[in-house]
Amino acid sequence: MTMQKQTFSSPIGNSVQRKEGPKKVTGRSKYIDDIEFKNCLHGTTIRSTIPRGKIKQINFAQDIPWHEFTVVTAKDIPGQNHVALITTDQPFLADTDINHAEEPILLLAHQDKILLERARQAITIDYETLPPVLSIPEAVEAQTIIWGKDNILKSYHLEKGNIDSIWSKADFIIEDTYETGAQEHVYIETNGMVALANKQDGVTIWGSMQCPYYVQKALIPLFNFTEDKIRIIQTETGGGFGGKEEYPSMLAGHAALLAWKSGKVVKMIYDRAEDMACTTKRHPSRTHHKTAVNKDGRILGLDIQFIIDGGAYATLSSVVLSRGTIHAAGPYNIDHVRIDAKAVATNSVPYGAFRGFGAPQSIFALERHLDQIARKLNLSAEEIRRRNFIRDGQKTATGQLINEGVDMESLLDRALKHTHYKQKQRQFLDDNISNTKIKKGIGLATFMHGSGFTGSGEKYLASKVGIQLDRDAKIKVLSASTEIGQGTNTIFSQIAADALNTSTEIIEIFTPDTKYVPNSGPTVASRTTMVVGKLVQSAALGIRHTLQKEGYLKPTHSEVEFRQACLNYVKNHGELTVMAEYQQPPGIHWNDQTYQGDAYGSYAWAVYVAEIQIDTTTYETKVTNFTALQEVGRVINPILAQGQIEGGVAQGIGYALYEKVNLKDGRMINANMTNYIIPTSADLPHIEVLFEEVPYAHGPQGAKGIGELPMDGPAPAILNAIAMATGLELKSIPMLPEDLMKAFYEN
Amino acid sequence: MRGLTPDYEMKTPKNIKEALQILSTNSGEWQLFAGGTDLMVSYEAGKLTHKKFLNINALHELKGFVVNDQEILIGGGCTFTQIKNHPIIQQEFPLLVNSAEATGAIAIQNRATIGGNIANMSPAADTPPVLIAYNADLILLSSKGYRIVNYTQFHKGYKRADLRADEIIMAIKIHRHQGISHSYYRKVGTRAAQSISKVCLAGVACVFRGQNIEWIQIGLGSVAPIPMQAIQTEHFLNEKDLTHENIQQARNILMDEIHPIDDIRSEAKYRKTVAGNLLTEFLESLKK
Amino acid sequence: MKINFKLNEKNISVDAPPMKRLLDVLREDLGLTGSKEGCGEGECGACSIMLDKQLVNSCLVPIAQCEGASILTIEGLGTEENLHPIQQAFLECGGAQCGICTPGMVMASFDLLKKNSNPTVSQIQTGLAGNLCRCTGYVKIIDSVTKAAETFK
Repeated sequence: MTMQKQTFSSPIGNSVQRKEGPKKVTGRSKYIDDIEFKNCLHGTTIRSTIPRGKIKQINFAQDIPWHEFTVVTAKDIPGQNHVALITTDQPFLADTDINHAEEPILLLAHQDKILLERARQAITIDYETLPPVLSIPEAVEAQTIIWGKDNILKSYHLEKGNIDSIWSKADFIIEDTYETGAQEHVYIETNGMVALANKQDGVTIWGSMQCPYYVQKALIPLFNFTEDKIRIIQTETGGGFGGKEEYPSMLAGHAALLAWKSGKVVKMIYDRAEDMACTTKRHPSRTHHKTAVNKDGRILGLDIQFIIDGGAYATLSSVVLSRGTIHAAGPYNIDHVRIDAKAVATNSVPYGAFRGFGAPQSIFALERHLDQIARKLNLSAEEIRRRNFIRDGQKTATGQLINEGVDMESLLDRALKHTHYKQKQRQFLDDNISNTKIKKGIGLATFMHGSGFTGSGEKYLASKVGIQLDRDAKIKVLSASTEIGQGTNTIFSQIAADALNTSTEIIEIFTPDTKYVPNSGPTVASRTTMVVGKLVQSAALGIRHTLQKEGYLKPTHSEVEFRQACLNYVKNHGELTVMAEYQQPPGIHWNDQTYQGDAYGSYAWAVYVAEIQIDTTTYETKVTNFTALQEVGRVINPILAQGQIEGGVAQGIGYALYEKVNLKDGRMINANMTNYIIPTSADLPHIEVLFEEVPYAHGPQGAKGIGELPMDGPAPAILNAIAMATGLELKSIPMLPEDLMKAFYEN
Repeated sequence: MRGLTPDYEMKTPKNIKEALQILSTNSGEWQLFAGGTDLMVSYEAGKLTHKKFLNINALHELKGFVVNDQEILIGGGCTFTQIKNHPIIQQEFPLLVNSAEATGAIAIQNRATIGGNIANMSPAADTPPVLIAYNADLILLSSKGYRIVNYTQFHKGYKRADLRADEIIMAIKIHRHQGISHSYYRKVGTRAAQSISKVCLAGVACVFRGQNIEWIQIGLGSVAPIPMQAIQTEHFLNEKDLTHENIQQARNILMDEIHPIDDIRSEAKYRKTVAGNLLTEFLESLKK
Repeated sequence: MKINFKLNEKNISVDAPPMKRLLDVLREDLGLTGSKEGCGEGECGACSIMLDKQLVNSCLVPIAQCEGASILTIEGLGTEENLHPIQQAFLECGGAQCGICTPGMVMASFDLLKKNSNPTVSQIQTGLAGNLCRCTGYVKIIDSVTKAAETFK
């Protein structure tokens, strides 16, 4: 018999179809609310109606058969009443003190959903109210202290050069303040969890989440169990965007507490109103820039005060602040930089992780500020950037030496050329003179986004991935990195298939289940492809190496030969699992104290261009065209990568022009899809995505992270375009028609 | 889902006669339920206080269109999809096509009925300003017979109208030969589709040689507790020339005449200014 | 009350309170979980199905209004082994990311292409404007519908 040699083209760089796609397009994927749990109870949450105060009394109305219900308060918690994350300030259930509206106080479960809803409406709570702190200025002023000694959740001070030595040498000193609003994730699948909990079996959780091991970490102290007794299983997850990074720990805890007390399986699915009003959102921010600049456009020094509103508890604010701080100085080479950054506490629903993680806020401020500087200096927006771009061999604000072959100037040139930027700018200026009704604008933003955890983060995480050749001779990827729509399953199968020189079809992705998969870290921070993907590659190469070493596989092989080798190996030795653990690439140094060093292993670099038009009858701004050009290392799967960028840009357009979290007493009052406005297909332009591929030495097949990047650029590019169209230097987002009208009238 | 499902009753009459009979002794016990696109939203939010509904969605007597030389009758049960696809409406009443297309999106337009839209009495509804502009009449049917109410006189205050508990909005009647030379519709919503209006203006006019307004009729949404007619503005504009000064003055009159509020979707000041801008845009378009 | 209707070509009889939402009857009583609840107010379109050949939000339809109706859900359109051309196009063009809006999006595309087999981009945008997606920015969804239309031709 002659073996037919098949030749494979690597799956890398090909738009391999989404692994779980057939299930998704046919409606056969099972999200948590789609899974039937026989005889389960349904759970619900009673929440505070005031932003700050003390619980005096909980009243149960008479006409409800309370004996049929499982009722859980803080007193029922078997372990410690805090959601373990970075700090331990946030309780699962408020015991006496209320620190924000919608704070969970009591949990209820019953088999009958209708009766449960009746009971929810039949509980009232009496409070002693205390004056709340509801804004960044109030928190900073610290007249009322609501957190720690000074309302400061976290602060950083970052310094490069000596900013105070530069003011007297500058031709101009330009100052301004920029603000960004909160943003709701609006994943279309709301948060949902199912729990089983008892002494013998411990706790099992099924649900929608990004980070199974975060949930496990939070539930260990809640029950005082060891980690082997807390099992977390991710079910198909209908979007996350950061919104299912830390909040699922809270909801899983609630479901588990009800399951613990009732002895039954308990399902908790939020409706949209509860999900919007009660879960985390993007941090609002306020950034003050004071910039020393020479008349030739060279920036001598950046002095930045960056403040984010963390809400009532610390959640992830410290790390959101960290990323925002590091990105605040942008992709520019500036000798003197000082950044004072603070996350402050207010009595708002806690803010948390959201795609971009602090960077969209600080980048908005910087990129708007640069346009203002350009205009004051009579330079073009592109020229001010060109004169200050960082280049290989230069250092970022944290002192990180850039040596990735970065060429922002070429990237800018390509974007300008591709969009006919100059030509359009002239055209629009002409059009705007003759057309009084429609004002057109074009604007850009240039920025970078670090992939992976900040500083020493990845070293501490020490992520692990396994590849298993199982008893059925199938290849399985074992990791805790979740598929939340971004394409983890597909990307991992491409990376593994490439390493094994086989086809993606034979690669299976094991369900993220803490009982079976190693901790590959959270699915956040644009780290899944670059960091975890690298581990997938290493482990897969380990499998191949073993098969070769043991004589089952030759250095080159066909797919048939590979399958045969797997079968033969398993027959003789049983299953084979190879683990890979994160090794920091050489030469990376970071100092957590001084905030100096290599903040990220690598960065993605981008130039985004927005074209807009404003209808002066209604003050509505429409983005008419959007171009996103980025250097992201090797693109593993073009369709998935484009999809990530397009989706991020769409969220960025929403952030800039549509999405306003309307807060009253720290509570979101527009907590529904009718009144919190995300763009529809009729609101968005065509989004053109362009890649520049410079392989990154330490990413799998040269890939870097891209998930968060597209969130950073749209808002400043759009507001810069509005400035071009109107001459209005707008400094806040969201820029709704109402706000734009005000700006028109004030000028 | 916060509605307490078992608490609700729904009865489906076989025909209009049975419906009217049930309603004849009705003193508000039974409320009508058509396409459900408004009621279901309140119900799911746990805010639908009324519990007994008469399902009139399938009543074919409410479904059709009647067109004669003088007028068009649109059945109260017609959906916005049916309305926007009707050839006579497309030819003669384009504003109805505009407002139907501006209502929610396709799936909503397939269910929402014009009668339900009127009876819901929302000041932010998209079609009522058009009915005001076209000077539509409502044919209200009860077991005692029918009566005709001019739509401009229908609304009496926030969620109050000249509609008895025993009546059904049988049809909307619009005259076909009004001598309209120009018409205008613009809804300013929170986004391009699936939105509730912040301000909406519908207007029709008869203009002589692009100069003189013979008559004009204007309806507005989201600027008062009810869909409102801009009577003072119309009164001022009737038989006026389209001069810059007149347009300016009309704009000022309109902005005084309307009483928008700040709410979750927009601000009074914005609504006022934009209503003025829409009127200007409409009046400028009359010159062409 | 007892309600009889046709669901994905099969005759069905359910016993449910009259105001129970069609969406809940499909998901809870009939185990068809392909239609999703994203908002519960007719805003997101994740629960879109065909009711008497018309696209509707099943969260806005009380079951009492389904007597004698003919209903098509995502489960009746195609299977993993036998994808409908629209589903095939969504798979090939990257129209599904997290997948939760996808069943509704596919149903809205089905409705659109039935009425207009050769839609322009702007017609697709309008046709799908009642279906919110938070992952894709709609670009790949529009590509998917365009591609499916080519198959239909």
